[in-house]
Amino acid sequence: MKPKRRQRLWVVGAIVTLSAIASGLALFALQDNVNFFYSPAQIVSGEAPVGQTLRGGGMVKTGSITREPESLSVSFVISDLKGADVAVRYEGILPDLFREGQGVVAVGTLDEERVLIASEVLAKHDENYMPPEVADVIDEAYLKSDVETFQPL
Amino acid sequence: MIVELGHFCLILALILVVGQAGLAFLAVSNAQNHHWMHLPGSLATGAFLFVLLAFSALTFAFLHDDFSVQYVAENSNSRLPDAFKFSAVWGGHEGSFLLWTLVATGWTLAVAMFSGQLTEDMKTRVLGVLGFVNAGFLIFLIFASNPFERMLPVYPQDGSDLNPLLQDFGLIVHPPMLYMGYVGFAVPFAFAIATLWAGRLDAAWARWSRPWTNAAWAFLTLGITLGSYWAYYELGWGGWWFWDAVENASFMPWLIGTALIHSLAATEKRGVFRSWTVLLAIFAFSFSLLGAFLVRSGVLTSVHTFAVDPERGLYILAFLVVVIGGSLALYAMRAVDVKSTARFSLSGREAMLLANNVILVVTTAVVLAGTLAPLIYESLFEGDKLSVGPPWFNAVFVPLVTLLFLFMVLSPYSRWRSTAVSRIVVPAIGSLLVSVVLSSLFFWIGGASFEPVAWSYVTLALWIVVGLSWDMANNLRNKRDRIAALFGRSWSYYGMWLGHSGMAVCILGVAATLYYSDERDVRMQPDDVVVLSGYEFRFLGVDQIEGPNYVADRGVIEVSMDESPIASMYPEKRRYLSSGNVMTEAAMKPRFFVDLYVALGEPVGDDAWAVRVHYKPFVRWIWIGGALIGLGGFITLFDRRYRRRRQVREEVALEGAV
Repeated sequence: MKPKRRQRLWVVGAIVTLSAIASGLALFALQDNVNFFYSPAQIVSGEAPVGQTLRGGGMVKTGSITREPESLSVSFVISDLKGADVAVRYEGILPDLFREGQGVVAVGTLDEERVLIASEVLAKHDENYMPPEVADVIDEAYLKSDVETFQPL
Repeated sequence: MIVELGHFCLILALILVVGQAGLAFLAVSNAQNHHWMHLPGSLATGAFLFVLLAFSALTFAFLHDDFSVQYVAENSNSRLPDAFKFSAVWGGHEGSFLLWTLVATGWTLAVAMFSGQLTEDMKTRVLGVLGFVNAGFLIFLIFASNPFERMLPVYPQDGSDLNPLLQDFGLIVHPPMLYMGYVGFAVPFAFAIATLWAGRLDAAWARWSRPWTNAAWAFLTLGITLGSYWAYYELGWGGWWFWDAVENASFMPWLIGTALIHSLAATEKRGVFRSWTVLLAIFAFSFSLLGAFLVRSGVLTSVHTFAVDPERGLYILAFLVVVIGGSLALYAMRAVDVKSTARFSLSGREAMLLANNVILVVTTAVVLAGTLAPLIYESLFEGDKLSVGPPWFNAVFVPLVTLLFLFMVLSPYSRWRSTAVSRIVVPAIGSLLVSVVLSSLFFWIGGASFEPVAWSYVTLALWIVVGLSWDMANNLRNKRDRIAALFGRSWSYYGMWLGHSGMAVCILGVAATLYYSDERDVRMQPDDVVVLSGYEFRFLGVDQIEGPNYVADRGVIEVSMDESPIASMYPEKRRYLSSGNVMTEAAMKPRFFVDLYVALGEPVGDDAWAVRVHYKPFVRWIWIGGALIGLGGFITLFDRRYRRRRQVREEVALEGAV
């Protein structure tokens, strides 16, 4: 083999190996570190897996926020506004724009009672901005229900 | 009136850049029109001035609270402090794109002014390509995101205010820096296209485009660093990188740009990787445009995407397809003729730079895959939504860059063409031993618990710096006048030295912050104390203060260590009057080795507040490192090679003849 071609072979071999390692790594990491989004209806119906990290999103139901007195534990309900409600428990500081009637996404795991134990709660930085996942949840619930008028909470 | 003039200026600028592109094309393609060659430069100057006028007009509208202009009404308020009224000009989509366009025409003007070493033909081609690109930006600005749109006859009495997160010094400097970088990649792109267009892919174009690429890359580095710092102190979480889609949008062009500046070095010095370098130049700018698309179309969920507008997304996508498709087609036609004649061995510096390029490109591909995965998945599996979080990016990114850093350690010892293996191995092992001793000493003096991973990365960071110093000392050994030799090397070399050292500083900061940070969310009543890594935080209570356009609850926290007071910290919870937005303003006590960081949560009854307390060692080193990297990029611009005009031109003529 000519030295020029052997060199090219080396280079191509290195690139292929590195790309293969990177893709392998990427796919392997995908198993544990990817979260799926579930709507409140999917969680209530049992479609969402128990014990796996997932994202649940909906509107924070009015009057559902309760705090425990001596800690930072807080629980609230996220809803698709059409009957599917999911209880969320969280310990820590909630984001600035977290409040009743806001669309939020909670990241965490479901326990046996289908309560979402959240490790992170996300609300968007802009008041008028609804997380797209939550907007879809509300739209879908609205389309599926027979109710003609949309009743905000 | 001023506002209408601004709008009119944009239209004039569009006419000028279209003329710039068209005349350049005519002048180059037809020898009879040769005397038109000076025209594109004058038109570029005009275009910049008109965009600058438009920008000033919008600034005027902001400073004079002209709320009949929709963009002003949406992003300002009469009570907003003047400095923020000024930065609010680029606080929303339309205005920030006007800034983008201003920067783009500014770079074009710079090329027109400072390209004395270029042949007339090449300069005309470059300006033609830039004219075309600027025309694309201006069309988008005028037809799809006009900041001068009026709301007449009914307009609000007061504006709905700038997003409180953006009312900050960081926003005044971060976007301009970032755009200087993003749009700056249009210049190497234009050089690449011009050289393909001319069909003369010689090493000269690499020398021409190197300083421009380094400058754009240095700006982008500073922009990203500032963005990371802004996120740290303004979002109130104490995080400095989130692998957010928009962060990735700026990081991908940076990764490709980093590959490009290294590959340009090889092309300029040794004439290797010519067609590859051209391809990288095309991709660096394409990734900038892709970033603009991701941020401005709303296809991805992110903390700082602009409001969703499919029409805008579609336009940028179409422009992206034209730019990438057109360049790649041209590349396919022309680049096949280019053959690298230079030979190099696997131990040569060329091979090191090749490794750098391959790893950086693979890393970019991985970041791209992770960024677009949610989008692709959703379109494949109708409606199902997936999110790829920081753990995934870290798991894939860290091994790849670790490999990159190993080559970074080895590369200074290597020489062009080929290096005797012992000349790499001996100093590498020597400097590794020194680094192991130093990092162990560092841990011992710092009194930090031994974390193997953190220790390894600190050692790696030291290995980079020790290795660079070793190489420099090695070069001085046989010199008679060592002081003169120390200061007598090229600016490019010092830039490389500083850039690589900056990376080491950054690695050290990241490793220390990741492994030794302490963070707690606590419920605190007045006089409660929380202890974090030896620091005692005493909560004294909350009082009310009034800012220019907000009211705030301000917490008072005294920090002490071993009975001796260190700082008083005042974290705030602000409520902005016009929008009613609530925002956390964290308090920081920055020190050289340690950052203390306190953020106020919400009141939780009985005078108690939720308080977030952070202890972050070496976190500042991350941004100091970033700043050093950027500075390294700027320093290379002083290199004499880029300013030797006549000499260069003669060399170029010679190379052309060969």
